[in-house]
Amino acid sequence: MAERRSPAAAFAARFEAASAGGGPRLAEIPFLTQIDLRVDPKSPAAERIGTAIGVPLPLEPGTAVRGGDLTVLWLGPDEWLLLGPDGAAPGLVERLTEAAAGEPVSVVDVSAQRTTLVVAGERARDVLAHGCALDLHPRVFGPGRCAQTTLARAGVVLVAGEDGFRMLVRSSFAAYVAEWLLDASLEYVTPPAGEAAPA
Amino acid sequence: MLLIPCPWCGPRDEAEFHYGGQAHVAYPEDPAALSDEEWARYLFFRDNPKGLFAERWSHTAGCRRWFNAVRDTATNEIHAVYRVGEPRPVIA
Repeated sequence: MAERRSPAAAFAARFEAASAGGGPRLAEIPFLTQIDLRVDPKSPAAERIGTAIGVPLPLEPGTAVRGGDLTVLWLGPDEWLLLGPDGAAPGLVERLTEAAAGEPVSVVDVSAQRTTLVVAGERARDVLAHGCALDLHPRVFGPGRCAQTTLARAGVVLVAGEDGFRMLVRSSFAAYVAEWLLDASLEYVTPPAGEAAPA
Repeated sequence: MLLIPCPWCGPRDEAEFHYGGQAHVAYPEDPAALSDEEWARYLFFRDNPKGLFAERWSHTAGCRRWFNAVRDTATNEIHAVYRVGEPRPVIA
């Protein structure tokens, strides 16, 4: 089997240093399962899929629901992204295809398309606000909300959680977004004693 | 920057959108029967009003859906957004 390398693996040490220095908690969650699902929400297939994955597809724009170890993100009026743990893809695709039962439903494993970055802690909102025009206040964008938008001009899917955000970034943009996040958090990071503050 | 209210996602920055020109330009019923001039009119001739204009937008960095908006070309105020297939709303 070929060796797997996550798109932001090279940033692990710098993420850790920034997190330890009082900045936002930055990390990568590599290899999450991502399944893109397109189905008419009014069709019986959508209902069967809801039953099969144990949670109904969210119909309100910009919402995410959790069911077991799955998170279902609303991407469009007939499009959802299913997030699951590493290795869940084959079984999930099979369950979804079975529930579709020949109806016009599209199920595509897009796990390799994006990686997941975590921006958490009390400074998370401040850091994202450097490059994202959305109102991220918990009153508007609290847990259970998700959005496709741009962060520093890179397309991202933002998912709000209890303690911060998970951010799905295209693999080819991961290094850019990681560099940008580190740069944006610089002002919140206290350098270790004895080192000069970054210029 | 314009703040464009996507009918699905709510207000977002103009930079997330892609412009699609005049809305409600119907495809000719029998394109083969058109003269060159009529075909050229269908392809290239668009209204250019100063004032209310119904136009298509696509929320490319968000839900990736096309929708229509009525925008005042003189003030850039967006008076209405509506989904594809819905009739143009009457604005007093």
